[in-house]
Amino acid sequence: MGQWSRWQALYTLFSSMRFAISLLSVLAIASVVGTVLKQAEPYANYIAQFGPFWFPVFEALGLYDVYHASWFLTILAFLVLSTSSCIYRNGPSMLQEMASYRDKVTVRTLQRLPMQMTLPLEQSLQACQAQVEAYLFRHGFRYRVTARGAGGADILIAAKAGSYHRLGYLFTHCGIVVICVGGLIDGNLPLKALQWTGQKVIEVRDIPQSQVPAQSRLGPDNQSFRGNVNIPEGSSANVVFLNVGDGYFVQDLPFTVALNKFHIEHYTTGQPRDFASDIVLTDRQTGERIERTIRVNHPLIHRGIAIYQASFADGGTRMQFRAWPLFSQKPQPFDIAGVVHQSTTIHNGQTELRLEVADFRPFNIEDLSVNNTPQEPVKTAGVAARVFAQMGSGAADASRQDLRNVGPSVQFRLRDAQGQASEFSNYMLPLQLEGAWYLMSGVRASPNASFRYLRLPLDSQGRIERYMRLRALLLDAKSWPLLGQRFAAQAGGSAVTPQLRARLAESAERVLQLFATNGFQSVSDFIDQSVPEAERDKAAEIYVKVLEGVALAAWQWDNQQHTPTTSMDDPQALRFVRDTLTSVSDSFAYGAPFYVQLTQFEEVKASGLQLTRAPGQNIVYGGCLLLVLGIFVMLYIRERRLWILLQAAHSDTHAQMVVAMASNRNTLDNDQEFIHHQQAFAAMSKG
Amino acid sequence: MSSVPEPVEPEVLVARGLFKRSVWDWCYAVGLVLGSGWVLQRFGQWMDGYEQVILVAAVVALITLAWHWSAIRNLMWVLIAVSLCSVYWYQGQIARAQEVFFLKYLISSQTAIMWMCFFYALSALSYWSGLLGRVAALTAAGTRLLWVGVTAGLVGLLVRWYESYLISVDVGHIPISNLYEVFVLFTIITGLLYLYYEARYATRQLGAFVMLVVLAAVWFILWYTFDRGAHEIQPLVPALQSWWMKIHVPANFIGYGSFAIAAMIACAALLVDRGWLTQILPTPAVMDDLMYKVIALGFTFFTIATILGAMWAAEAWGGYWSWDPKETWALIVWLNYAAWLHMRLIKGVRGPLLAWWAVIGLFVTMFAFVGVNMFLSGLHSYGQL
Ligand code: HEM
Repeated sequence: MGQWSRWQALYTLFSSMRFAISLLSVLAIASVVGTVLKQAEPYANYIAQFGPFWFPVFEALGLYDVYHASWFLTILAFLVLSTSSCIYRNGPSMLQEMASYRDKVTVRTLQRLPMQMTLPLEQSLQACQAQVEAYLFRHGFRYRVTARGAGGADILIAAKAGSYHRLGYLFTHCGIVVICVGGLIDGNLPLKALQWTGQKVIEVRDIPQSQVPAQSRLGPDNQSFRGNVNIPEGSSANVVFLNVGDGYFVQDLPFTVALNKFHIEHYTTGQPRDFASDIVLTDRQTGERIERTIRVNHPLIHRGIAIYQASFADGGTRMQFRAWPLFSQKPQPFDIAGVVHQSTTIHNGQTELRLEVADFRPFNIEDLSVNNTPQEPVKTAGVAARVFAQMGSGAADASRQDLRNVGPSVQFRLRDAQGQASEFSNYMLPLQLEGAWYLMSGVRASPNASFRYLRLPLDSQGRIERYMRLRALLLDAKSWPLLGQRFAAQAGGSAVTPQLRARLAESAERVLQLFATNGFQSVSDFIDQSVPEAERDKAAEIYVKVLEGVALAAWQWDNQQHTPTTSMDDPQALRFVRDTLTSVSDSFAYGAPFYVQLTQFEEVKASGLQLTRAPGQNIVYGGCLLLVLGIFVMLYIRERRLWILLQAAHSDTHAQMVVAMASNRNTLDNDQEFIHHQQAFAAMSKG
Repeated sequence: MSSVPEPVEPEVLVARGLFKRSVWDWCYAVGLVLGSGWVLQRFGQWMDGYEQVILVAAVVALITLAWHWSAIRNLMWVLIAVSLCSVYWYQGQIARAQEVFFLKYLISSQTAIMWMCFFYALSALSYWSGLLGRVAALTAAGTRLLWVGVTAGLVGLLVRWYESYLISVDVGHIPISNLYEVFVLFTIITGLLYLYYEARYATRQLGAFVMLVVLAAVWFILWYTFDRGAHEIQPLVPALQSWWMKIHVPANFIGYGSFAIAAMIACAALLVDRGWLTQILPTPAVMDDLMYKVIALGFTFFTIATILGAMWAAEAWGGYWSWDPKETWALIVWLNYAAWLHMRLIKGVRGPLLAWWAVIGLFVTMFAFVGVNMFLSGLHSYGQL
């Protein structure tokens, strides 16, 4: 096969319908891959998901960024090639078709068309011709009249309507090529080329951007990019980060963006209503300053670079904490300063912990209703009742919810010397639950678990100190004899003998000792070991009574020491004492030797901006316009052709009229229309 | 010599000039123009320029549509009357939905949507018994019941729109913003599109098939309401607060609705192809033609919707194309129907192959519509199940 004919064959293949449809299908299937596998995740996630064997295989296939993989781009390129050659192949003939009246047809051709009829002509050719022309004109046909037959005695009127239909083909297919070209301009092909030739290298280290070397930096002349940057309030940025593979490039900007203030507004339900950033943009070349507030759906565009409000984060809120040792004999609280995204070391005796502050939330809207799921009774009721319950407005059923702002919270991790960490979520303000006030501290061992909450009860003045003193008393072996005696002294009344009191004091001390090892759990373990099964419930009841009694004694003793004015029998005392016992017991499983209380904060927010430069955007939009225009033209302009041949009488035939119609679309509309024409022309043939 | 057939007046050639319109056509047009003029004057200050343009364009579209298909005119009068009643009965207080009888049992949004579901079910029943029992009166009743259902659904959405503003002015928004609302929209658009083609092609028998899709959507709406409580009006996240939503979403659902109808006609065509119900259902040629018309319409609107989505994305997310799962699946749907049209128009393929393709197309469409929200996550995750 010669060189030329090989190209010819390739061209024929590319411009063929079958190839185009195959490409459309392949592209569709290839696109599915990227939606099934989450794209552009950190590589560690993929390793965890696929294991060390498959990870590099999938990486080589480009599955972590399918839409920029070379094989995917190749499919797209073939699509452009195929569509272009299709246009090249069909376009000229279509334009010719559009211009032509097809008045070279023969009678035989006409009579072979599916839509045709032949009638005897009962009036003069000229009179009929005039009627036909008027009819065609009325119905929006353009036509050409030519003389036919021997001596030009016959008349052919070739008419057409809707021939712009053909432009539709050109518009749609050119539109597609234009869109793909625009997309390629905005794609990362130039950057990919630089990577392949080794001129640019992805940065994978987590280092300050100023230290990123030139080989991983892109200049402001880069024509197309899409990157992100987080700017804390009061700071500025002149670069963005482009995430590629498992690393990033640093893109230098031709201007500096400073964030004055980030605003976030909420609906009463706590969902965000508006994000906005007050930014100041300073052009590095001209020194021009633009002050503007950008918000979601309202970007700022400067020098072809669009700046979008994309996300928000904490920008390094400064906080004061008070750490309360939970298990030391002298519970002296001490203060620590912390900043979001930073960590500090806490020394407490021998233990050393790192406090890593992860996040700060200035407020939290929680649903405090007991029942925050649809109510059970409605579910079990009959169908009619359920339907009735739904009738009404679409407003949320207010009775089911009790949304309240429970104030600021802080998220942090406490990491020990071995690197083990638990995650905590502490609310700054106390929360009222079942009538009493508590400080709440959530804890979880892994990010996927949900928080378990430790409740720290507050006294009637809303302070935490009393709880801390009380728990120190209960856990301190040195105070047990005192507490035991005070407990025994109050027991029973005058009937109790001194010996009995001594025994009571002794058993109270034993219970305390048990409780101080692991809370209620150790008491319960002890009962399981030493009490016959039948009596365990009763024993447990007695132990709890004793514990409550001792704790009450501790509460009274503490009261005398610290607040002598308070009456000895506070009605809240028993509740407080019970809460304290529960809390102390839970704190054995808390996972930290401190309770870290948030005392003060100075919020600093950060705005996440996305900056893009997409010079191909308007090209793509132009292509889209062509595409839509083309589809409308192609689908809604029907091309129709009519031929009316008026034949004069010959020696062996009468005068007759041949009518035929054709369209490049076979639809029922054509059949209907032809029936209409048939009637009209039949009438004309009679004169 | 061929004989001349019986006279008919093909729709395509019935040219009706501007001045051959009936008095009612003109009343309707003038009514809409005056009404929207009043709205612009009274509420224009709270609408941005784009929203004002959308309002004017909607009026033009509604006039054109009703002049082309007079049933829309009556529908619009009913909707306007009911909306005004709801404004009157609510008196600006959302709680009155529980107190006023007509609101509670007739036109508050949830009630109206329940009625919608009820009438869809009745309509499906009528269509099927009419089809299988060959009782023309029953299929005719199916059509009328479908009209009632569609009207109830539109009332539900319109009143819901108003209710959202009653909850709080900043919560107020057009009710096409989450999966629940667009499912209602889907049934309405599918119903209306079908009614249009039914009127044009006189093919009542296909109603039974189309109603199957609508019933599936009704089932979903009920499950979503009773099991998930998804019917509650939620405020809009910032990314959705844009006039783009008002054009992007409806355009998309004209596409989805058309594709759904095409698939159901394809089912009927496949039955006929096997020799079932041949006496009752329309001829293959008619169904084939209908299928093409519907897919062509859907394809046009779906193309526009996808482009509008891209333009919105450029404004909200900073890029007109991010290969987000929803976008990608829209592309897949689009490629599928582009291939379908090529097969039919250029290869001249007809019959079972194209019918099967249209049925599979519905599954692809449904995945893009619901599946993506259920199984994949991305920027479009507003309508998470
Ligand atoms: C590659 C992506 C392509 C896309 C997305 C595409 C899209 C379209 C669309 C939307 C239509 C309109 C169908 C309608 O009437 O509704 C169409 C028609 C058509 N396409 Fe393509 N096309 C592509 C490639 C090709 C190729 C490679 C060929 C060459 C064989 C081709 C030939 C045609 C022809 C001949 C028509 C019909 C024109 C007419 O008779 O009205 N297309 N195409």
